[in-house]
Amino acid sequence: MNLATIAWKSMWQRSLSSTLTGLSIALGVMLMVSVLVIYGIVDNTFSQDSINYDLIIGPKGSPLQLVLSTVYHISPPIENLPWRYYEKWKDDPRVAHAIPVAFGDTTEKGGFPICGTIREFFAIDYAPRRPFKVKGDFLRKPFDAVIGARVARDNGWGLGTKLKLVHGGSDGHIHDEEFTVVGVLAATGTPHDKTVYVNLDGFYLISGHDKPFREAIIREREFFGEPALPEDELNAMVAKLEKRYSHENHDHAPGEEHFHDVSDLQKEVTSILIQTKAPLAAPLIAGELKKGLQAQAVNPIVPMRQLLVDVLGSIKMLLVVLTALIVIVSGIGIFVSIYNSMSSRQREIAIMRALGARRSHVFTIVLLESMILCLGGGLLGLLLGHGLVFIAAPIVETRAGILVDPFAFEPVELVLFPALFALATLVGFLPGMTAYRTDVARTLSSAA
Amino acid sequence: MSLELRQVLKAYRTPDGAAMTVLDIPEFTVATGEQVALIGPSGSGKSTLLNAIAGITRVDSGEIRIGGTDICRLSEVARDRLRAERIGFVYQSFNLLPAFTALENVLLGMSFGGKASDRGRATVLLERVGLGQRLHHKPTQLSVGEQQRVAVARALANQPKLLLADEPTASVDRANQQTILDLIRETCREGSVSLLLVTHAGEVAEQLDRVEQLTNFNRAGAAK
Repeated sequence: MNLATIAWKSMWQRSLSSTLTGLSIALGVMLMVSVLVIYGIVDNTFSQDSINYDLIIGPKGSPLQLVLSTVYHISPPIENLPWRYYEKWKDDPRVAHAIPVAFGDTTEKGGFPICGTIREFFAIDYAPRRPFKVKGDFLRKPFDAVIGARVARDNGWGLGTKLKLVHGGSDGHIHDEEFTVVGVLAATGTPHDKTVYVNLDGFYLISGHDKPFREAIIREREFFGEPALPEDELNAMVAKLEKRYSHENHDHAPGEEHFHDVSDLQKEVTSILIQTKAPLAAPLIAGELKKGLQAQAVNPIVPMRQLLVDVLGSIKMLLVVLTALIVIVSGIGIFVSIYNSMSSRQREIAIMRALGARRSHVFTIVLLESMILCLGGGLLGLLLGHGLVFIAAPIVETRAGILVDPFAFEPVELVLFPALFALATLVGFLPGMTAYRTDVARTLSSAA
Repeated sequence: MSLELRQVLKAYRTPDGAAMTVLDIPEFTVATGEQVALIGPSGSGKSTLLNAIAGITRVDSGEIRIGGTDICRLSEVARDRLRAERIGFVYQSFNLLPAFTALENVLLGMSFGGKASDRGRATVLLERVGLGQRLHHKPTQLSVGEQQRVAVARALANQPKLLLADEPTASVDRANQQTILDLIRETCREGSVSLLLVTHAGEVAEQLDRVEQLTNFNRAGAAK
């Protein structure tokens, strides 16, 4: 019989207290693991590794709100930008890609966010070196839609599915226009999974998405800082535009599928995703926009990192400290449990010594008990912690909009076991020394 | 394996600081394979003598030679090893470990000698003491007589050359007393194991090769 077996047997002699102390360690480790894993997922979600745009250009307002609404779809958009402004950035020589996006609506079923965009959106990797993979095709026709993996799974949608949009805001109006799913994205583990992408052309064709001419003209001139038009000039311009784009001014056979042109003036975007040609261009553009009043350019990482470090970082630290304290208190519990048992185990130890066990043997046996409790509890805690993450994943996903990989593993977890080993050594040392110092003859004669 | 004691002195310090000599043995020997009964009144130092021979208690001076090796000159680790490899010990109160089964208690007797535990030999030993059907019973599930038989099997587990028995039959009834004594004597005879058996019972002592009154060779005991 080896020393570990002897330690195991001795430990199970006090099965209740051993189980309870082991469980307390497991509980502490479980909480610590779940905090570390969930924070790691959040950290990764909001890090440079998961966003592949250098800048997001949007209306003036909160940079955090702009990022949350554009990238994570978990905040309402700030305001809109005129189409002409998007075209300005598209033509900017420093910009490699400028992708317009329009948000606000949701799906009728499931309430998934709708993002109006262009086909080029999918040509850019959703994260560095991670291109979009699609079953079907990307957006081609005005009423094409591409859905994320989670949307497909939850709504049971596939290629050919027709979907309607619920208008953003409080009225909950369902648009009559139907989009057809032409592509289903492979899972990305990002907010793309729970988003429906529709062709921006179709998005503008939805009744109510094209701004009235008068309002559009006034707003665009305001945006670009151009002087307001005199009333008669404005009326003439509106009349001219109405004549050009109105339904009455073109012919089509009854029932024939046709799309009306929407004036660029009436189009608006929620934000513009920018990939620059050179890394240095991004801060330059951001600096330029900071001076003006039109819009802001935000590096999507910056406000999220700030939020993570300033707020969540402190919370994480607090939680890690608390859970570490739980583990330490559990360690003290193990110490108390083993140490208290030593007086009743003196005879057991003396018998082993009388059978030829060395002082180092009995010391090792007690230390091994501490190790089994700490490391066994730690292993159980690790499994429970990941189990907790597995259970919490859909809840976090629903409530915070963050996709959680239930099998995520944080490298820092590897530190847990050396730490538990050290804890076991620490709490097992004193009882081990008590065993080491046992007076065999006196103990056996007093027990006889 | 022979046992020789020469000029052995052991004293304890009393609570008032005075030295109380427990062992003062000019000479005592047990020949290889000899079975010796040691008798003496309570407090005459019988248990201390057994503990000193087993290397559990250190004597103040003198020689205790086991198979020619003076254990008084050995380090504690070497004495532990000698005890684990060559000495068997049977106690009056059995000293079985309650968390372990009969078989595991016997295996424990082999665990500290540096050799691999021999499950087969442990089983044979327990079968030999009539506990073949009780291998996996814990001490609390065994009768007093059965517990002492497990203790005997455990003392023999490491194939000792010297068996020390401290009143091994004192806690059992008459029927069991003879069974246990026969078992100890027989197994010692088979392996040429030297036996030093402490007892109060004259009927036990007279069955052994030699009976020694401790007070006859322990001057400390004689002085009392």
